[in-house]
Amino acid sequence: MLDSTQEGYTTEDGRKIGGVVMEMRNITLRFGGVVAIKDISFDIREGEIRAIIGPNGAGKSSMLNVISGFYNPQEGEVIYRGSRRPPMKPFQVARQGIARTFQNIALFEGMTVLDNVMTGRLNHMRASLLDQAFWWGKAQREEVENRQKAEEIIDFLEIQHIRKTPVGRLPYGLKKRVELARALVSEPSILLLDEPMAGMNVEEKEDMSRFILDVNDEYGTTIVLIEHDMGVVMDLSDRVVVMDYGKKIGDGTPNEVRSNQEVIDAYLGVAHD
Amino acid sequence: MPDQLIFAMEVTLNGLLNGVMYALVALGFVLIFKASGIFNYAQGVMALFAAMTLVGIQQGRVPFGHLINEIFGTDIHYFGWEVPALAAILLTVLVMMGFAVLVQKFVFRHLVGQEPIILFMATIGLAYFLEGVSDLMWGSEIRNMDVGLPQGINDAIDAATFEIFGYGFFIDNLDISAAIIAAILVGGLIAFAQYTKQGRAMRAVADDHQAALSVGIKLNYVWVLVWSLAGIVALVAGIMWGSKSGVQFSLSLIALKALPVLMLGGFTSIPGAIVGGLIIGVGEALFEFSIGPMIGGATENWFAYVLALVFLVFRPQGLFGEKIIERV
Repeated sequence: MLDSTQEGYTTEDGRKIGGVVMEMRNITLRFGGVVAIKDISFDIREGEIRAIIGPNGAGKSSMLNVISGFYNPQEGEVIYRGSRRPPMKPFQVARQGIARTFQNIALFEGMTVLDNVMTGRLNHMRASLLDQAFWWGKAQREEVENRQKAEEIIDFLEIQHIRKTPVGRLPYGLKKRVELARALVSEPSILLLDEPMAGMNVEEKEDMSRFILDVNDEYGTTIVLIEHDMGVVMDLSDRVVVMDYGKKIGDGTPNEVRSNQEVIDAYLGVAHD
Repeated sequence: MPDQLIFAMEVTLNGLLNGVMYALVALGFVLIFKASGIFNYAQGVMALFAAMTLVGIQQGRVPFGHLINEIFGTDIHYFGWEVPALAAILLTVLVMMGFAVLVQKFVFRHLVGQEPIILFMATIGLAYFLEGVSDLMWGSEIRNMDVGLPQGINDAIDAATFEIFGYGFFIDNLDISAAIIAAILVGGLIAFAQYTKQGRAMRAVADDHQAALSVGIKLNYVWVLVWSLAGIVALVAGIMWGSKSGVQFSLSLIALKALPVLMLGGFTSIPGAIVGGLIIGVGEALFEFSIGPMIGGATENWFAYVLALVFLVFRPQGLFGEKIIERV
């Protein structure tokens, strides 16, 4: 058993980070003969922004899919809030308070922005079908409450102007933001972001970085993100896991990682000097 | 007013009411197709099965009576009681929900992520299986369906039209009640999809499986829900068609009439199914009335399909279907 109350640390900019919420222990994931993740361990602490970086095909997305239950690893354990998590379906993981976004955006294209965001609240609805049919008691209270939360998040991410627009009509950058809103509205304890800035221009990237920092700051949400853009990762994250060919080759603060020779060889060094 | 025009009005009215019945069948297809991408060939047989079950329960027949008698050498056919129509309908709804659970558990859960054509083949198998079960359970004789819906000519309309045109329209009460029930059913379905949590989950699954999973929706649950709804729609269609022309095997063939309706209205639109049904109903009635006599009649048999074909050429996604955009 893991003590999740163990001491945290203080970041360079003075934020207090709590104990471990999730720990990956010796995770190995295979697809047939291909080893996507090879014996990787790391932890995620309460309130931190944790990045997973690495070159293409390093196994970053696979790792995120393990955390969110889309893949179940052949070996290793996922420890969530102090206890071992049995193999789960993605919807079960989501119900435990782990929300995610996707690299290629998975939104409900036919629905409006507001409807999309409201689906993020489905697990906060308990009213029976009968209550809902007659719109009394719990059903009414819940709907009002959920709607308020949805509007709050929509305000927060500055997408009020497109509330009633079907998502299919939105440009890419806004879709990414709507997806973030849908994940955030479920009040997750861990938020997983799969390349939140992929395919964005500089301005959109800056906006998205600001939102990620704001979310972490305002709601204290623990964030795990995968990103290609090195500059962004180094600015945003508190600690970074570096993967290459399915193995972990570095783990630490951005500064530590930056000076790690193995990491420089595998990923950074080539592009820079 | 010329006689021809008055007749045409009557024909149109009857066509509209017929169209409602077509729409009712098409609706079941749309529900399942939207939520799971499965074209459910078994929808017609589900209507037959639901109608058979309803009649069987109502008359207090012993399910699988023939089989039991054959094995045990007994001679039982009836329990000796009669179930009131409303209770029998509720029981049949439960049976259809049980059917939905079984279908999901034993068939479609194992086919998640397969090609649409494979899912389609599975529903063909399901159709034949269900047809057999229906036979075995309730026998294959033609049954009368009587759930207390009014039948026969509507005197009020007859009198009113006689007053105005000097010619009384023949409108069947059954058709009118079918239209009213269909309207309630569609209203209920739309309210369910728009305003309840289950409906929201259903729309989410219809749109994107992966995204639905990520917000914590249990796909299996939603699919069972959708098949249950399709079962209830099948029951309503079975009641209407059964009351009209008796509960018999040919009931399962009404599914074929739903195809042109779907091509017209689009496979993914509930309003489309209704409008499509009405267009086909009116279209074939008017065609039979105006052109039919010149070419020997019986045009109802093929008119709908030809109309659908013409439609396919100009608007392959149907009137209300999602526009097909191919990005290159």
